Amino acid sequence: MVIKILGSGCRNCMVLAENAKAAVAELGLDCAVEKVTDFAEIAKYGIMSTPGLVVDEKVVSSGRVLKPGEIARILEGAAR
Amino acid sequence: MTVLGWLNDQLLKMEWLAHLVGQLVEHVFGLDLASRLGGSIQFFIYDVIKIFLLLSVLIFGISYIQSFFPPERTKKILGRFNGFSASVLAALLGTVTPFCSCSSIPLFIGFTNAGLPLSVTFSFLISSPLVDLASLILLASIFGWATAIAYVVVGVVLAVTAGTIIGKSHLESYVEPFVFSTPTCACGTGEGEDPSLTTRDRLVYSWEQAIEIIRRVWLHVVIGVGIGAAIHNWIPATFITALLGQDKWYSVLLATLVGVPMYADIFGTLPIAEALVAKGVGLGTALSFMMGVTALSLPSIIMLKRVVKNRLLVMFVGIVTAGIMIIGYAFNAFGHLLA
Repeated sequence: MVIKILGSGCRNCMVLAENAKAAVAELGLDCAVEKVTDFAEIAKYGIMSTPGLVVDEKVVSSGRVLKPGEIARILEGAAR
Repeated sequence: MTVLGWLNDQLLKMEWLAHLVGQLVEHVFGLDLASRLGGSIQFFIYDVIKIFLLLSVLIFGISYIQSFFPPERTKKILGRFNGFSASVLAALLGTVTPFCSCSSIPLFIGFTNAGLPLSVTFSFLISSPLVDLASLILLASIFGWATAIAYVVVGVVLAVTAGTIIGKSHLESYVEPFVFSTPTCACGTGEGEDPSLTTRDRLVYSWEQAIEIIRRVWLHVVIGVGIGAAIHNWIPATFITALLGQDKWYSVLLATLVGVPMYADIFGTLPIAEALVAKGVGLGTALSFMMGVTALSLPSIIMLKRVVKNRLLVMFVGIVTAGIMIIGYAFNAFGHLLA
């Protein structure tokens, strides 16, 4: 599973990345959390508000800083 | 009318709080309110509490409204209009769409890529940070409703005018090519379809927004009120009026040029404007400082530079700066009509 955080490096993006890592650790998954900071790259996902969360190339949220619990639920759904 | 006036005084201006803080400073700290130190402390405590109280309530309420207007939806609505009416609508939607300067680039790309003209995109980008519902109510609390409404109206007019001029200049070739060529898909969650949120979702969103925005702006507010308190009581009025007085032709020019590169929130700049006006600075001068700070800033200009070429960037900054100055001089000339 590949998790990407879309955002220019603002505070919210960093918090979201931390929360995603916490969710990954909680579920005991073996996957990296990558940050995408290039605007052209971000635009390719078609989101208009950062931060965005991408799981296996699918945008699962944008414009919100999800809590670790919420991310864990999304990841569980995606793993199934 | 008197009931409304009373509500306005107590809820917006919070006269009860001013009184309470006055009592605290006089009887607990043992300081005379007329003294410099007492006056500064009262201004600081009262303004900080007032702004945080208003902000918490306002942002919660306004985020609820904003949850109905995610940028994806705004983009869709705007796509249905064209020409001048699209610019006006963009400026108006800019006041209710949640906006954070770190999102301005994806937003710019999203709008442009969807085929929206530059005029519409820029009208939105100007009005979004400049005017929002929270600033309207805070302005009303400090300067009264007439001034607050006038501020919103000129802010929207500025956004529409600047956007229209940029659109008429046909500068599409000065947008970095990758903005047009990036294939954006509406893949993913079906965003833009406005995933049907429940009332509970919206309340959670509003709560998160309130906490996040206050976390982001609290330092700006404290610093702003601190500067306001200093202006209020420690910097001689003669010094301030010599620089920014009503009768000085260069006052608006100076206030705008100082404000433009600064990056701060409107909530942090309001107490500074309040103190300046109390010291005899023209309302227009104070407003152009505020508009300069909120509409343009060095960080946002540097960010925009990644998607537009210099000529368009210079034009954008130039038009907005000139517009703010015109608004400043107009308020100084006709502001007395609002009092």
